[in-house]
Amino acid sequence: MKQALEKIVAEICDSFGNDRTRLMDITTAVQRRFGCVSDSAIDLIARAVKTHRVEIESLVTFYSFFSKEEQGKVVIRLCDDIVDWMKGYQQIADALVKELGISIGETTSDGEITLTRTPCIGMSDQAPAALVNDVAVTYLTPERAVKMVRELRKHLDPHQLVTVLGEGNNSNPLVHSMVRNNIRQKGAVLFADFESGTALKRTLNMTPESVIGEIKASKLRGRGGAGFPTGLKWEFASKTKADRRFIICNADEGEPGTFKDRVLLTERAEMLFEGMTIAGYAVGAELGILYLRGEYSYLFSYLNHVLETRKNSGLLGNSIMGKQGFNFDIRIQLGAGAYVCGEETALISSCEGKRGDPKNRPPFPPQEGYMGCPTVVNNVESFCCASRIMIEGAKWFSAMGSPRTAGTKALSISGDCRRPGVYEVPFGTKASDLLELCEAENPGAMLIGGPCRQMIGPNRFGGIICYDDLATGGSIIVFNKARNKLEIAEHYLDFFIEESCGYCTPCRVGLVLLKKYVRKVVSGAGEPQDLDKMLKLSNMIVSTSRCGLGQAAPNPVLGALNNFRELYESMVSERKHGLQPDFDLTSAVVDSELFVGRRSLYV
Amino acid sequence: MKPRIATCSLAGCFGCHMSILDIDERILKLAELVDFDRSPINDFKHITTRCAVGIIEGGCCNEENVHVLHEFRENCDNLVSLGDCAISGGIPALRNNIPLEECLETAYLNNPGIYNPSGIVPNDEEIPMILKKVYPCHEVVKIDYYIPGCPPPADAIWDVLTALLEGRAPVIAYDSLKYD
Ligand SMILES: Cc1cc2nc3c(=O)[nH]c(=O)nc-3n(C[C@H](O)[C@H](O)[C@H](O)COP(=O)(O)O)c2cc1C
Ligand code: SF4
Ligand code: SF4
Ligand code: FES
Repeated sequence: MKQALEKIVAEICDSFGNDRTRLMDITTAVQRRFGCVSDSAIDLIARAVKTHRVEIESLVTFYSFFSKEEQGKVVIRLCDDIVDWMKGYQQIADALVKELGISIGETTSDGEITLTRTPCIGMSDQAPAALVNDVAVTYLTPERAVKMVRELRKHLDPHQLVTVLGEGNNSNPLVHSMVRNNIRQKGAVLFADFESGTALKRTLNMTPESVIGEIKASKLRGRGGAGFPTGLKWEFASKTKADRRFIICNADEGEPGTFKDRVLLTERAEMLFEGMTIAGYAVGAELGILYLRGEYSYLFSYLNHVLETRKNSGLLGNSIMGKQGFNFDIRIQLGAGAYVCGEETALISSCEGKRGDPKNRPPFPPQEGYMGCPTVVNNVESFCCASRIMIEGAKWFSAMGSPRTAGTKALSISGDCRRPGVYEVPFGTKASDLLELCEAENPGAMLIGGPCRQMIGPNRFGGIICYDDLATGGSIIVFNKARNKLEIAEHYLDFFIEESCGYCTPCRVGLVLLKKYVRKVVSGAGEPQDLDKMLKLSNMIVSTSRCGLGQAAPNPVLGALNNFRELYESMVSERKHGLQPDFDLTSAVVDSELFVGRRSLYV
Repeated sequence: MKPRIATCSLAGCFGCHMSILDIDERILKLAELVDFDRSPINDFKHITTRCAVGIIEGGCCNEENVHVLHEFRENCDNLVSLGDCAISGGIPALRNNIPLEECLETAYLNNPGIYNPSGIVPNDEEIPMILKKVYPCHEVVKIDYYIPGCPPPADAIWDVLTALLEGRAPVIAYDSLKYD
């Protein structure tokens, strides 16, 4: 057994050239093969790639898809994000717990099935959903969950769970998935027809500088959420002196409630890779990396196949489309379940084979990114837009959208609505129009841009989707009037607490303290001054955290306090005698009484 | 009658009280401004008359701490948490992640160097019951003001005290809040 482990780990490390920067791939392979990355495996890997054991160990304990303890042959990760809660998470969890005879977080005694929870897996339009190893199982019901477990017990092969295939490329044999695209509205930029090579052809007839000029003129802004002007980013990277430059596509799509990149990856892979290639030409890079979130690994073979085909038709590789001296290749880097890796510098750390720790900015990636070289990191949709711009021209593109935000936006809409799915709409579309499009049911609030951004009430449904008003990377969750907004805020705080990388005290500790206050208020024990304390604490966390996660994490609470303050106020009251109602002396001394074997004389 | 001040040290190290004494000669001015009620400075066992300000050092680690804190809350117009132990539990709260049983066993029974052949854990009725964890003061009673630091600088204490006595809202200068 031990020899087998040694041999296989050595083979795996070898297949990645014993390269320390490929530790994500090595660790993923070991985890898949053995169901864990044990202490002995950690030692072996460390020796093979010539690094310290602690580096591997910190990697294994950082990412939620890696574990030191052996997992079952089949791991069921049930999405427990808010949309799933609204669609019946609890009943499904109960059914699974009962059928498997274990609690969440445990493995059956025969070592076959592990049951665990996970934040949004990018299937909110078909919630409740779960990942069974790398197979996405959607539209779950308690009955289907039980049936699934019974089948798994027979064959332990999650792929056999897929009987009805989704539309489009979901039914491509290399994807073979039940996931549905749910494209509800097609726009002119992303979901109009695309023919491979057309954008690149026009690009290669231009100089790199004029390509950057075209992207700048189009007024394209990053689609991942922050909205930084894409052309400017490319220009920075191209102007930084360096031997090597890199293009990275951010397909980590971890913001709860976002799934539009999933659909673009499924249906517009060519357009995306072409956009990355265009960026490579403009910036002077020879390697691109697609950072694909681990949750989407079911798309891995298909995407690799698209890359192969492009290589074979001269759209990737050396002298692309006959252009001497233009060489560009793309590899796919799989993530392993860490939301913070969507943050561009954390993503770069992860690509370098490290924990997904954010780095200090500046230097920004276009100055110093992957391997210390100038790097462009863009969202999937941004690259797709770049392809379209190179076909239709900057003018055509910038004529669409709102006065200050050009083009269209792919939105992922889910929650309390009859038509959840992906909508490509021009920037400037009103929130109220979206509610109509998706046939929202009795809407009381919308979470625009996921928990990182803002929850709005009906008084702001007249606002428009754009970077100056309702900014979003794509996530829109609709809540009906009966939903408890404070509980939603609390749920998302839990999410951020779980996903914080732990580097900054305000983020690591402050969020836990904030959650305590929210719990206190929600449970009815709050006093009026708690609301101000929550505000103060939130602002402190926002202003003293290193990366965007900590800077945004108090937003669910701030949003609820700003937009639904009367709700909070109705739950707090001055306390008699200034005593805190949630402190109970009797229960605080119980442990002590048990230990010394007598009752307290004073309580 | 002068306004009265009460102070106490709960689960603290008295460092915060040392810092009160650190206001140096200003203590004479303080003595002119106020009378001290219950405080380790005079060893009164209970508060005698209603006080304008109560200053708490340390969090609550046992039931007696809770009773004292209740007495202060009941008899003080303004209650101030002084120092990190009062505000967040501080060093004593390091035990909060360890089960109480394990703490007591390690302290009294199984640790190298302990000689305790009859295996007794101190258990006299006089000894207050230890709480399952150390609580910051504001989790037990309402606290009106906080002075951070371990210990807080004397200037911060002075500024807050004089502001409260003069009926102003206390503001702690940035220099007294940053420690690096
Ligand atoms: C915590 C956190 C998570 C993020 N997740 C994503 C993500 O999943 N996808 C994405 O494109 N950008 C994400 N971003 C934004 C990236 O840091 C970066 O701004 C973006 O990839 C740049 O591409 P763009 O200019 O094309 O939008 C995230 C940022 C933070 C702070
Ligand atoms: S803000 Fe949070 S997630 Fe970001 S670096 Fe700091 S601790 Fe890590
Ligand atoms: S805050 Fe510091 S000085 Fe004050 S009681 Fe605690 S440990 Fe002692
Ligand atoms: S997949 Fe469950 S909320 Fe997104």
